[in-house]
Amino acid sequence: MIRYLLLRFWQSIVLLFIVSLIGFMVLNLAPGGPLSQYTLTPGMTKEALDRIAEQMGLNRPLPIQYLDWLWNMVQGDWGNSYRDGRPVLEVINRHLFATLLLMGSSTLISVVIGTWIGIRSALRAGTVFDYATTVAAMVALSIPTFWFGLIAIYTFSLWLGWLPAGNMYTVGNGSLGDYAIHLIMPSMVLALVNVAVWSRYMRSATLDVMSQDFVRTAKAKGLAPRRVLMKHIVGNALVPMITLAGLQLPTLLGGALVTETVFTWPGMGRLFLDGLGYNDYPVVMGLLMFSAILVLVGNLAADLLVALVDPRIRLD
Amino acid sequence: MTAAALSAPRPRWWRSRTVRRFTRNKLAMVGVILILGLTLACFVGPYLLPFDELFIDLRARFAPPGTGAHIFGTDPLGRDIAARLFQAGQISLLVGFFAMLMSTVVGTVVGVVAGYTGGWLGAALMRVVDAFLSFPSIFLLLALAAFVNPSPIMITIIIAVTSWMEVARIVEAEVRSLRDRDFVMAARMLGLSKTQIMFRELLPNVIGPIIVAATLTVARAILLEAYISFLGYGIQPPLPSWGNMLNGAQQYLDKAPWLAIVPGVAITMAVAGFNFIGDGLRDALDARSDQR
Repeated sequence: MIRYLLLRFWQSIVLLFIVSLIGFMVLNLAPGGPLSQYTLTPGMTKEALDRIAEQMGLNRPLPIQYLDWLWNMVQGDWGNSYRDGRPVLEVINRHLFATLLLMGSSTLISVVIGTWIGIRSALRAGTVFDYATTVAAMVALSIPTFWFGLIAIYTFSLWLGWLPAGNMYTVGNGSLGDYAIHLIMPSMVLALVNVAVWSRYMRSATLDVMSQDFVRTAKAKGLAPRRVLMKHIVGNALVPMITLAGLQLPTLLGGALVTETVFTWPGMGRLFLDGLGYNDYPVVMGLLMFSAILVLVGNLAADLLVALVDPRIRLD
Repeated sequence: MTAAALSAPRPRWWRSRTVRRFTRNKLAMVGVILILGLTLACFVGPYLLPFDELFIDLRARFAPPGTGAHIFGTDPLGRDIAARLFQAGQISLLVGFFAMLMSTVVGTVVGVVAGYTGGWLGAALMRVVDAFLSFPSIFLLLALAAFVNPSPIMITIIIAVTSWMEVARIVEAEVRSLRDRDFVMAARMLGLSKTQIMFRELLPNVIGPIIVAATLTVARAILLEAYISFLGYGIQPPLPSWGNMLNGAQQYLDKAPWLAIVPGVAITMAVAGFNFIGDGLRDALDARSDQR
C-alpha cells in the first residue's frame, strides 16, 4: 500500500514537471514574452526595455530562466497581476470558492442523476428506456455547454421568469436561499455533459458487475434482490466511477469556465477570461498552471480512494 | 491452393460485414444523413439564397424567421442569417476537418512510435500525453488563442495541438499489444527497418480504432472552435463561424432569440452527426459485436 502511494505520488511529481514545461513554453509564446506589459507604456524606448529585460533576467539562457521561474512557483511566488498588482495566488484564491461551489453542486447533481439512469438502463438493457437514454446521452454530449446555458436563460429567466439570469447572489441580499436560487441554473447546465458521461459509464460498470460470479452466488444463497442490487452490484459498480470522476475533472473545469461566462458567475473561469481581455498574463498563466495542478491532485486523490476501497487495485 | 480459390472474385468492400453492420445501425445512418445534409447546405446553399452573407440592410434589422425570403431571420445589422449560417458552416466544418487531420497524424505518429519502441522514449512520450491531458483543453486553447494571430489556419492548428492526445493513447495501446506478434517477428527477421515495421506492418492493423477516434475528433474540434469563437478568441468577424455567430447573441436573447437558436442547432446537429457516425463505426469495426 505504502509502495503504491509512493509510486503514484512520484508519477504525479513527474507529470507536474512536464506540465510546468508546457506552461513555460506557452508563456514564452506571449507577444513580447513576459515583457509585453512594458511595451505598451508610453515613452518606452528600446534601451529601457533592454534594461528591464536585464533586471528581470530575461537575457539569460532559457533553461536558466525556466529553473528560476519554477523555483519561484514552488515557493508560492506566482508573480503579480498586471491589473491590480496583487499576488496571483491571492487573486486566484478570491475566485476559488465560487468555482468550487459551482463544480461541487454540479457534480452532486450529475452523480445522483447519472447513477440512477446508469443502473436503470443496465437493469433494463435493450428496452426503450435504455435506448432512449443512450441516444439522449450522445445528443447531450454534442450540445455546446454555453448554448445550452443561453437556451436555459431564455426559457427560465426571460420567458418563465422563474430563475435569475446570472450572478451568484442579489446585491444586498446574499442569504443562503438567495445563493441557492442563483446556483440552480448554472449547476444544472454544467451537469448536462457529466450526467451523460456518468450514466454511460455507470451502465457498463453495472453490466460488468452483474455478470460476476459473486453476484450469482449472492442470488443463489437467497438474498433479497434489492439487497443484491444495492450492496453487491451498485457498491462494486461505483468503484470505477471514482476514477472516472478524476478523469472528468479537466472537462468539468473547462465547462465551468464557459458556464461562468454565460451566467456571469464570479469564479476562476471569469477571472481567466478577464485576464485574457486585459492581457494580464501572470493571472492567465497562473490559472493555467493552477487548473492543471488541481486536475493532477484530483486524479491522485481518486486513485488513492480507489486503492483504499478496492484491495485488488493496490499494485498495478 | 487450388486454381478455384485463386480465381475467386475478390470480396467487394461494400459487401463486407463491417459495412453491412454500419449501414444497419440506424443512429449511424442518421449521423451520415445529418453530415451529408449539412455539408451540402453549407457548400451549395449560398448559391441558392437571394442574399449575400455580407449584405447589410438596416431597414430589415431583427426580422424574425420567415420574414419574406429570410428563412432564419436577420441579425442586428439586417444581414440574412441563413446566408451567414451556411458561410459559417463552411468555416466551422473545414476547421473541424483539418484539425482532425492534423491531430490524427500527430497522435498516430506519437502513438505508433511510443507503442513500438517502448522503453524510456515510449514512457516519456506517454507522460507528455498525460501532461497535455491534465490541462482543461479550453484553458489551454484560450491561452494559446490569445497569444497567436487568430486566422482560421492558426485556430485549426491550436485546436489540433489540444486534441491529438486521445488518438495517441489509443494507438499506443493497440500497437503495444501487437508488438510481439508473429508477423512483426517475421518482418524483423526479413530485415525490415524500424520505420517500415511501424508504418507498413503495424499501422494498417490499427487503422480501425484510428478511424473511430478521428471521427470523434471532428466532433470535438467543431465544439472547441464553437467555444473559443463564442468567447471571442476564435474565428474573427466579419468572417462568420457558428461559434462567433453566437458571440453577440446573448445581449439580444430577449429581443431576437433566433440569433442564438439557429447557429446552436447547427452546431449540435454537426457534432451529434459525427458522434453518431463514430459510435456506429466503433460497433461495426468491433469484431466482438459479431456474436449478436
